[in-house]
Amino acid sequence: MAAADELAFHAEFEEATNLLAQTPDAAITRSDQLTPQGHVAVVMDSGGSYGADDEVESDKAALLQEEKQQPGFWTFGYYQSFFDVDTSQVLDRIKGSLLPRPGHNFVRHHLRNRPDLYGPFWICATLAFVLAITGNLTLVLAQRRDPSIHYSPQFHKVTVAGITIYCYAWLVPLALWGFLRWRRGVRERVGPYTFLETVCVYGYSLFVFIPTVLWLIPVPWLQWLFGALALALSAAGLVFTLWPVVREDTRLAATVLLSTVVLLHTLLAMGCKFYFFQPLPLEHVAPPHQAMSQPPNTLPPTLPRSMAT
Amino acid sequence: MAEAAESPGDPGTATPRPLFAGLSDISISQDIPVEGEITIPMRSRVREFDSSTLNESVQNTIMRDLKAVGKKFMHVLYPRKSNTLLRDWDLWGPLILCVTLALMLQRGSVDSEKDGGPQFAEVFVIVWFGAVTITLNSKLLGGNISFFQSLCVLGYCILPLTVAMLVCRLVLLAELGPINFMVRFFVVIVMFAWSIVASTAFLADSQPPNRKALAVYPVFLFYFVISWMILTFTPQ
Repeated sequence: MAAADELAFHAEFEEATNLLAQTPDAAITRSDQLTPQGHVAVVMDSGGSYGADDEVESDKAALLQEEKQQPGFWTFGYYQSFFDVDTSQVLDRIKGSLLPRPGHNFVRHHLRNRPDLYGPFWICATLAFVLAITGNLTLVLAQRRDPSIHYSPQFHKVTVAGITIYCYAWLVPLALWGFLRWRRGVRERVGPYTFLETVCVYGYSLFVFIPTVLWLIPVPWLQWLFGALALALSAAGLVFTLWPVVREDTRLAATVLLSTVVLLHTLLAMGCKFYFFQPLPLEHVAPPHQAMSQPPNTLPPTLPRSMAT
Repeated sequence: MAEAAESPGDPGTATPRPLFAGLSDISISQDIPVEGEITIPMRSRVREFDSSTLNESVQNTIMRDLKAVGKKFMHVLYPRKSNTLLRDWDLWGPLILCVTLALMLQRGSVDSEKDGGPQFAEVFVIVWFGAVTITLNSKLLGGNISFFQSLCVLGYCILPLTVAMLVCRLVLLAELGPINFMVRFFVVIVMFAWSIVASTAFLADSQPPNRKALAVYPVFLFYFVISWMILTFTPQ
């Protein structure tokens, strides 16, 4: 019927215009014999896609791109995207920070460019409380040896520890990130790490200081050994992560940056050791385990002072 | 006025007569008033309940709230997987517990301001901001528990630690010594474990299974810090 042919032609024309609108480089060839459904074959360039399948895929890709757009910072979902980690991922990142290797970049290898805020936040909280509690415990141990030292819970140290650790773990990455962006301002190649990735690196690198509860062992050279080991691991992790970013820079800037990072880390470790950990009294002669097994009321005769409680 | 319509008889039809066919033959000469009372038992009870909570005595109101708080205390002391704590949350219990704990942790007179134990404000801040942080953490990790439900659970599970604080204060009335310390240490450890078990019994189900440990660890840290404050309390 003529009407049906007209309708078919219209449908085919619409289909052709739609396809053309989407891929402007295509050219339409029409087969001489219409198929019963009246399809139009569209021949496209090499840059285009074939058939209707890729249309669906490009639609899907467009949709996925829209989903990947970050929601605004005032929505809850924005912050939820930073906590999108599983237990196994967090444990893997912690292991990666404990064992830095020269070729392994923490950001690329472990974070895989998906930083999280869970690790830095709770590692800093744990570290602050561990420092305060361990510091308090050393005071207890010191008082058992030398009863003239007045023991008190020293709760204000928790506040100090918290503020110090959080400021270090958030302000130093901010400064580092700013500096790296300034240095790379002109070159548009591989960009520096985002702010969150830097925070992540610093946060996870602080994890190695948590076992400093071992500093309770009152043997001085052992304490310094543990401190040096922790500092070396932590600083090595930072240096290996930052090296790929700064190696394209001038040698002077690279060395200055890396040495500043290591220096700040050292300052933090030393400051924590001296502020939170009570140096043990030196005039005690008896070995530590003997002093701890005795009740505080009885004293070894070498101590000149007597208990005053 | 209802008048019957004369239904024309059809003596010749063989159709069956419809139901109630004879009703149309009835004619009523006067109106029957249709009035009366419809009493629905439910509605009257609701109405009575609404007005009673306004007019009841203050003692009734307080006792009702106290009973609710007491029931939740029982649920914490014997943790089962029930929804009572979650369903009707309230923050009275956590407030009572936090204030009691903070008051008991205060020292009588401090020789130096800086060297003392936690002050009232510090305990308060740690408990409430700690609970808020844990709740935010669990919600950001994708848990499906509401904000106040989580605060309620965390606050109520401080009850074992408050009991531990009471016991510690009583034990500290005796003479100081290592036995004293061991008793206090044991009590605090047991109550700490009780708190953790109670709170995870309520909170663990609301997390996706591959993130449970991530959500439970801050709870552990929170109760650990409170236990530490209780254990290191020394009266002066």
